[in-house]
Amino acid sequence: MRDALAVSRSKNHLATAVVWTVAIVVSASFLLLISNIVWEGMGQISWTFLTDTPRNAGREGGIAPILVSTLLILAVCIAVSVPIGLGAAILLAEYSSDQHRFGRFIRRSLDVLAGMPSIIIGLFGNAFFCITLGLGFSILSGGLTLACMVLPIFIRAAEEGFRAVPDAYRHNAAALGLSQVTTLYHVLLPVALPAVVVGLILGIGRALAETAALIFTSGYVDRMPGSLLDSGRALSVHIFDLSMNVPGGERNAYGAALVLLILLLTINLMTHWIMRRFFRSRSVSP
Amino acid sequence: MGRAAIWMWAGLWIWLALGLSLSGCSKDRQPTTQTGNKLSGKIVLTGSSTVAPLASEMAKRFEALHPGVRVDVQTGGSSRGIADTRQGLADVGMVSRSLKRNETDLMAFPVARDGIGIIVHEDNALSQLNVDQVAAIYTGKVTNWATVGGSNAPITVINKAEGRSTLELFLQHFRLKNSEIRAHVVIGDNEQGVKTVAGNPHAIGYVSIGTAESDAEHGVPIKLLPLDGTEATTNTVADGSYPLSRVLHFVTKEEPTGLSKAFIEYARSSAVHPIIEVQSFVAMAP
Amino acid sequence: MSRWRRDKILLWALRSCACLAGTLLFLIVLFLFIEAAPALSNIAFTHFITDTGWHPVEGLYNLSPMLMGTLWATLGALLVATPLGVLSAVFCHYYAPPAVATPYRRLIELLAGIPSVVYGFWGLVMVVPFIAQYQPPGASLLAGIIVLTLMILPTIALIADASFANVPSHYLHSAAALGLSRWTTVAQIILPTAKPGLITAIVLATGRAIGETMAVLMVCGNVVNAPQSVFEPIRTLTANIALEMAYAVGNHRAALFVSGLALLIMIVALIILAERANGHRQHA
Repeated sequence: MRDALAVSRSKNHLATAVVWTVAIVVSASFLLLISNIVWEGMGQISWTFLTDTPRNAGREGGIAPILVSTLLILAVCIAVSVPIGLGAAILLAEYSSDQHRFGRFIRRSLDVLAGMPSIIIGLFGNAFFCITLGLGFSILSGGLTLACMVLPIFIRAAEEGFRAVPDAYRHNAAALGLSQVTTLYHVLLPVALPAVVVGLILGIGRALAETAALIFTSGYVDRMPGSLLDSGRALSVHIFDLSMNVPGGERNAYGAALVLLILLLTINLMTHWIMRRFFRSRSVSP
Repeated sequence: MGRAAIWMWAGLWIWLALGLSLSGCSKDRQPTTQTGNKLSGKIVLTGSSTVAPLASEMAKRFEALHPGVRVDVQTGGSSRGIADTRQGLADVGMVSRSLKRNETDLMAFPVARDGIGIIVHEDNALSQLNVDQVAAIYTGKVTNWATVGGSNAPITVINKAEGRSTLELFLQHFRLKNSEIRAHVVIGDNEQGVKTVAGNPHAIGYVSIGTAESDAEHGVPIKLLPLDGTEATTNTVADGSYPLSRVLHFVTKEEPTGLSKAFIEYARSSAVHPIIEVQSFVAMAP
Repeated sequence: MSRWRRDKILLWALRSCACLAGTLLFLIVLFLFIEAAPALSNIAFTHFITDTGWHPVEGLYNLSPMLMGTLWATLGALLVATPLGVLSAVFCHYYAPPAVATPYRRLIELLAGIPSVVYGFWGLVMVVPFIAQYQPPGASLLAGIIVLTLMILPTIALIADASFANVPSHYLHSAAALGLSRWTTVAQIILPTAKPGLITAIVLATGRAIGETMAVLMVCGNVVNAPQSVFEPIRTLTANIALEMAYAVGNHRAALFVSGLALLIMIVALIILAERANGHRQHA
């Protein structure tokens, strides 16, 4: 009995050592990664880097047109996914129960869509938006393709938000004789808004990080876009291109990577802030 | 299933309707107008990644000469350039080889000459390779630099991805089939080849001489090996003594008009010779 | 307009939105099939598994080395990332003092949001040259596994963390009352209780690893090759699409859409497998 106890105790010590080692190795390797990018990127980032155009295939100069293209692609993505996503989320939350076949069908297809590799969505975007609809390599094609990726994430989050609104609100609104449009607009939407915003931010984060779906939809052109039908290079595509295709492009790739990390970190912090402000009890898992 | 199927069809129809209206908007996206001597509008060039940097530079100058004109240059390989031009996705295609027998439906305009050169790292002791040695290295019969007179180190063979005309010409010249090649790294663009060789002292690759020469001048640690005793430089390409050279073309579907015509004429005029030289290509004899 | 009319219009508008979202998946699958159709009808199915290689220009369309590439890279990354990720979560919940656990969790959350292209970039400038010092050329299955591991580890750690948080606290109190050691509690009580969550974590991580494109494209060397060792280059299905798509025409392009279909089948199989494993539980 005493031996068994000793074995168990030494096992326990061993396990403690292993768990701590894992934690240290994991955090060390990640700190190495982040500090490397921050350290090398810091030297590149300056006001001129953000406002200058890329020169000499991006080895010199800045990333201004790339930031503009990225923002335009995001804007298209948001402009398309928010109305469609909100509509779908409201229908799923307010008008269809779990048993409802239509609702179940949509939920299920969205779940599969959420797990779809982005390159497949990119293939689809290229075939559908660029070629079938004739939009070509353009910011519009890229934004629409990203919207396909963002929709399932956004709908899920927004649906949760509407479901979390207590039924008492609906009953009171009905008792007051408010129409459904009014109820939705003045009662439900304001309460569900934080969840909708969180869903939107999560979607933007995913869209901002995306590369594979954009390389054959929004293209490589690194100039200032003149319209939504022009090709525009997103920040992530720029990092990819500088590091793979441009000898001597690493320094500016570090700079662009740091800018992207800062943008994503800001988004992450915003999500946390909204979560903490409006739903104290829940934790975030992006 | 009945209801779900109906909804699915409804959804697909809505997509179709939205799609048609979107593509309707995009149909009139190319108002290439020419009033008097004033050009305006937009043309799209796609195709060879070898020609693309040259075409971009030409496009920048052309845009500077004609405000209100936009020339978008997309990379995608010669075959893609041909396919896009046929489908009307591109106004002008870029092709880094002569047209094949089944491509004579297109009009081709020679723009410049270029060679394909074998590159190794600057620190590689080797000073030249003959055709048989290159073939032996690429088919995996020789795997160490010592066998061909270099230092004792394993060779890293860099090949191009399927569908590139640089690959086709290389194979043709060395009488190889791509399935015989034993590569260690497969790359896309010329610049990626240069970059991979620059980062690996034991690598061998083949790229456009234009790209390699201008990169080497910018301090990228690579060198071009002579092929069968002929130096791989723009001079030997120019006088025709370098054995592995090709003509870079612009192609169009029909007799070019308007903006396309003006751009192709500009690209074939002596005004662009300095650009061609800076890019280390060889201007066509007038 | 009467309010009933307005409500009706609202309902129809909502229905159309939901219809659009719900049929998107089918539209995607439909288009994959339409684009793959030339290859599927011109090339016998056996070509995709028995040809001597992937050389679409020569009419050889064997996808199996790339299928293997995807599987090896995913499997390798899972084997490393799963124990590390789960132990990370164990550390956060049961070993670390609160002053360490919170920043550790924040770090993992931050990492989960880092885009794959940044992981790929880091792999390209740090990992590949490092491996090349010992086993050139460096761009290899091993580099791919390392980068994928870093990418999916935060996913596993975060979901495992969340499922540990759902373990009822009286389990812990009972274990403490029985005088069980910490490791015994974790191994005998916590891990079995949290198992469904851990399976979800592994499934999501697998999906992410299979579907990852840019990071593997940047570090794996992209040679179509059934690897004999981890130092050999590989090409995954996703990298194949990204590398050749821009240059492909005709049957070649259609064959790449067939790669896309193969990828889709893998993902759907994974989802079905996951649902089997978890019964009919709704996953998050």
